[in-house]
Amino acid sequence: MKQVYKRTETFQENMVSGFCPGCMHGTVFKLIGEVLEELNIVNRTAVVLGVGCCGLAMEYITYDNTTSPHGRACAVATGIKRANPDTVVYTYQGDGDLAAIGLAETLSAANRGENFTVIFVNNGIYGMTGGQMAPTTLVGMKATTAQNGRNPKEHGYPMHMCEILNQLTAPTYLERCSCNTPANVIKTRKAIRKAFQNQLDNKGFSLVEIVTSCPTNWGLDAMESLKFLEEKMLPEYPLGVFRDR
Amino acid sequence: MSRIFLKGCEAIAEAAVRSGCRFFAGYPITPQNEIPEYLSRRLPEVGGTFVQGESEVASVNMVYGAAQTGTRAMTSSSSCGISLKSEAISFCASARIPMVYANIARGGPGIGSIHPAQQDYMQATKASGNGGFRMMVFAPATVQEAVDMTYAAFDYAQRDRNPVLILADGVLGTIMEPVVLPELRSEQEVKALKDAQRDWALVGHNPADGRAFIKPGRWSTLDQEQACKDNEALYASWENDVQVEEYLVDDAQYIITAYGISGRIAKSAVNKLRAEGILVGLIRPKTVSPFPYGAIEQLDYSRVKAILDVEMSIPAQMVFDVKLAVKDRCPIHTCLRSGGEIMSREKIVEAVRALAQ
Repeated sequence: MKQVYKRTETFQENMVSGFCPGCMHGTVFKLIGEVLEELNIVNRTAVVLGVGCCGLAMEYITYDNTTSPHGRACAVATGIKRANPDTVVYTYQGDGDLAAIGLAETLSAANRGENFTVIFVNNGIYGMTGGQMAPTTLVGMKATTAQNGRNPKEHGYPMHMCEILNQLTAPTYLERCSCNTPANVIKTRKAIRKAFQNQLDNKGFSLVEIVTSCPTNWGLDAMESLKFLEEKMLPEYPLGVFRDR
Repeated sequence: MSRIFLKGCEAIAEAAVRSGCRFFAGYPITPQNEIPEYLSRRLPEVGGTFVQGESEVASVNMVYGAAQTGTRAMTSSSSCGISLKSEAISFCASARIPMVYANIARGGPGIGSIHPAQQDYMQATKASGNGGFRMMVFAPATVQEAVDMTYAAFDYAQRDRNPVLILADGVLGTIMEPVVLPELRSEQEVKALKDAQRDWALVGHNPADGRAFIKPGRWSTLDQEQACKDNEALYASWENDVQVEEYLVDDAQYIITAYGISGRIAKSAVNKLRAEGILVGLIRPKTVSPFPYGAIEQLDYSRVKAILDVEMSIPAQMVFDVKLAVKDRCPIHTCLRSGGEIMSREKIVEAVRALAQ
């Protein structure tokens, strides 16, 4: 019988993921693993994990990994890549990590055109710490630190990182994707592959933003989360390619 | 070997390159700017990398990253800038990443003043970040010592897989003195030093051979506790690495304790007081961590009448370590300046004369 699908070898065997039901981190890590295998670069890849739920992945993946202080993944990746250019380096960061505490590091690495890959997972909320407001939280969306919902007069508006980064000259590739449907998962996979291929081609800074859900902290079940993502998140965070050169 | 005339900051930077440092990231702050400036042109000459970070925070995290590849890496700053580096230094200590950083200290607290001071002693030796980790901390008193200590610091860092701090001050960073530089390590030697760390280094491994897994934290509290115990064992091993200058202490009735630039000024005060017939000596820690408790503890307190602790910090800080060693066996006095005011020989001389009267 012809094998048409197999589990990515970049996941540890006999390991049960601790991600919540309906969370998309597992899907994103799987897509990354498949791309690393396709490009035959698993044995030269290192991931810089941000702080938050994504840090759980350190126990699940089989390849080189480190954890950065909260928000500093793009600075840590800069050091790794500059010191050892043959290593394929990517950061994996949530929205609090990349867009709040790490905003300076993200923008500055992008502005220097650092030759690594950023996987930015945007679910509009802080996950591991328990549903606090993020820079990406939607207007009116409730958070444990904005219990009446995000109020623009007090909290400002959601930050659109692809659009902000698109103001810079240096970045090579910026795309926003989602994993809410099989078709979008396939698109996300293509975007991730391109972001790694760019690094292999020494083309510079590539970032893939992936709009995802957080059922636990959104207070919704997995299916309701998908509906919320489609009806509320995607209108605020339109999918598409912002930069490709 | 020929002597050349170098500014302290540039001498530290050149010593780092000669020791095999091939990555530096830093951010402007006075009085350490000559370190990043020098390395921005020097590192590319030896195939190394210089990055001006967007902040002290970013710079030290770049070093945290670069050092994880086994590359000898360094950052520098001054006082309030060093505070900003604390988080990543703590990460390095937790993940056991070898790196070197220099504090060309200035007045504090806060933004303080840009002038030389020794107000970061406690931060340097006791709590350079969260979590109770420790580092070897070298306190040079001359540009030559700064060179020798920086050169050796990379070896200690790699031996221990732990950060090492050069605790200097604005005087040492900006004065020019003749120095003898150590040999520049060859590219083959530098590569061998890096390759020796390949097993744990974050360079990409075949998963079948075991991945590099850098752990600044652990999900298991038992694992984290074990890491703390391992660190404790490392810190205990430094007993043999203590460095101290003991100057004319054998017959001394008065002992001055001072480190770094204050120690150097105190030495000239000892010479002047000895000419007056006052039996005074100096104990100058060259490593302030590990601290040379033994040198002070073993003094003959039937002879030693008093200790004068000299620091450019108000309130005094190193005096707490001196007290731990003296154990109430003689009075301890202080002679202090702070906030960027530099210690003078005359002030120390007068303080000792007052004790001797």
